[in-house]
Amino acid sequence: MRRIRKAGKQEGNIPFRRWKRRLFFFSCVPAFLIFESSALLADPIIIGSKKFTESYVLGEIARRALNDSGIVAEHRQGMGGTIILWEALRGAQIDAYPEYTGTIAQEILKTDRQLSIQEIRGALARFGIGITEPLGFNNTYAVVMRRDESQRLSLRTISDLQKHPELKIGLTHEFLDRHDGWQPLRERYQLPQQNVIGIDHALGYAALAKGSIDVKDAYSTDAKIGENDLVVLEDDRQFFPRYEAVFLFRLSLPTSTIAVLRKLEGTLDEARMTRLNAEAERTKNYTRAASLYFGSGATSTSAAGESFPHKLARWTLRHLELAGISLLLSVIVGVPLGILASRGGGIGHAILGFASVVQTIPSLALLALLVPVPFFGISARTAIAALFLYGLLPIVRNTASGLQDIAQPIRDSAIALGLEPVARLRKIYLPMASRSILSGIKTSAVINIGTATLAALIGAGGLGEPILSGLNLNDHATILQGAIPAALLALLVQSVFDLLDRALIPKGLRL
Amino acid sequence: MSALVQLVDVAKGFAGTTALHPANFSVERGKTTVLIGPSGCGKSTLLRLIIRLIEPDAGTVDFDGAPITPDNIDMLRRRIGYVIQEGGLFPHLTARANVLLMARHLGKAADEMRERLSELCELTRFSENLLARYPVELSGGQRQRVSLMRSLMLSPELLLLDEPLGALDPLVRASLQKDLKEIFSRLQQTALLVTHDLAEAAYLGDKIVLMNEGRIVQQGSIVDLREKPADAFVSEFLNAQRSLAIL
Repeated sequence: MRRIRKAGKQEGNIPFRRWKRRLFFFSCVPAFLIFESSALLADPIIIGSKKFTESYVLGEIARRALNDSGIVAEHRQGMGGTIILWEALRGAQIDAYPEYTGTIAQEILKTDRQLSIQEIRGALARFGIGITEPLGFNNTYAVVMRRDESQRLSLRTISDLQKHPELKIGLTHEFLDRHDGWQPLRERYQLPQQNVIGIDHALGYAALAKGSIDVKDAYSTDAKIGENDLVVLEDDRQFFPRYEAVFLFRLSLPTSTIAVLRKLEGTLDEARMTRLNAEAERTKNYTRAASLYFGSGATSTSAAGESFPHKLARWTLRHLELAGISLLLSVIVGVPLGILASRGGGIGHAILGFASVVQTIPSLALLALLVPVPFFGISARTAIAALFLYGLLPIVRNTASGLQDIAQPIRDSAIALGLEPVARLRKIYLPMASRSILSGIKTSAVINIGTATLAALIGAGGLGEPILSGLNLNDHATILQGAIPAALLALLVQSVFDLLDRALIPKGLRL
Repeated sequence: MSALVQLVDVAKGFAGTTALHPANFSVERGKTTVLIGPSGCGKSTLLRLIIRLIEPDAGTVDFDGAPITPDNIDMLRRRIGYVIQEGGLFPHLTARANVLLMARHLGKAADEMRERLSELCELTRFSENLLARYPVELSGGQRQRVSLMRSLMLSPELLLLDEPLGALDPLVRASLQKDLKEIFSRLQQTALLVTHDLAEAAYLGDKIVLMNEGRIVQQGSIVDLREKPADAFVSEFLNAQRSLAIL
């Protein structure tokens, strides 16, 4: 039962998941640093969540509940597995996250015993961590069958299966093999069925629907249970360990905050959670799924369930804001630096050297380096600063080389005319270097549009947001929602600059 | 009448070699002085020292009776025109904008500039229709006429010309030599011209300054140089050029 949290996601293809894990490892690097600095900012309540649908939805519910109570809260989605979340909570880098009692006992408190909530609460208090009462649902293994079949045979509990040895049972291979799986279950309930086959989880649902099998194992809040109109047979002899959902929180939080989290206790039964999970998987929109918890579908759809064009507009505007502001800064700083660098000498070499070194720092590493700096932290400022630094080199180098390429006779003529140095630069040298400078700015702009997708890693938003959540969900469609607009944006920026070339490069240089 | 430009013991070296040994000479008002000599003799260096594109290592250059210093040079440059062999026009500006650049920078009145521009077009025999063109759209000879207009725009007291006709083909060159002579005499222009062509020097120059290996070898009229050569090099230089002319 240790791997129970992967409900409904076993079918992901292996190489992609391995790669995904690697990517997640990288995304954790800045993430860890983020948590460090978030303590310095100390403003909002930070809710964490694990990297699967149900955790995302619970995290959103907590955020929304806090917001509705006038408490500023942020949700850091899909930060990783149990250990990362637990360490982040202990280190005060997040303030609360959804967890399951069975996981707490096995992975955090390292015991194979079933612990009561009271026992868990006592053990966690030593770490300064509190636990809510169960939210109301138990996400554990379950035994399911078709609703019509169960009604026809009047089956309600697992014990009832004793009366029907003719039923065909299809189980996942994992459940068949587990020491807390099929064999002990059959012994506990003295089940007589002989017709037991191993079948893939997703295929099992199809087999169940077609009637090839009658009973299968599942996760109790699997969205498929509702979709396929199945029923969960009651575990009347308490065979399965309890994986009851709770929130863990830091005991040092204000009582008002804790009170809001505790108001969620007992409000989510299996059926309701299953519905929310189904909504989240269907729409890929956790905010919208979470809003179902708070009210009727209609109001939530209009309030929190943002339409795709609206989301796209929000991401794109944010993206342009990040790339635009950073580009502007790169130009404001880069052109003067390029002018200085064009004079050569020690300063010139130092400037070009610095810009080149910045360029060689991998973008994730640059974000990770900036996040612990007090002024920056986990904000758009950090993303803009990183993009600004990346944008510098092309502008500095092109400005410097554009100016250096101006022939000596031109310089002599400009000087001999009696133009002062500033006027020479403004009226002669810069216009003559404009093509080179603009092409540097264009390069920076296109690089910025691409690199700005990484801003989502530090919560700065933009088109990286769907890319990141798509990677976490192993959902290509969501990735493309960010990747395609980002690519189109880069092309658009390129053509805008081509037009700008015509407007800004003097005609005499274009003949 | 005193000299407009007076060089006293002006010397210049580059990276350990002497480009110009201490030189003394003057440019008389209203006259055309020609600096001549083989390539690398220091004649262009001397011109660039006057307009301060390079700083002298020693000596002083007086302009209109006062020494040229880094402080007053930008003001003095506006009283001096400077034409180079080629490439001196700003490629991003039209012919008109090139000519008017300094006048506009100094905030001259539009009427005054327009009037001066058509005067210059007439003087340099440059068609006003071509003023809207960019340098790349003009021929070599036309570009040098624009360069000349630009240098004359502010009615400079001194005109410095560094091999202005060096890159032109013979016919264009001959026509421009004639025009230059006419312009100088019409404007009573004080001019200092660098060339390596003795015929051009003889045709345009009131005074010829012959240089070799960073030294002034002899100054005077072409007749002085021919009749009373200061040393063997003078005769050799004159003979070499004459033999070319005869061929």
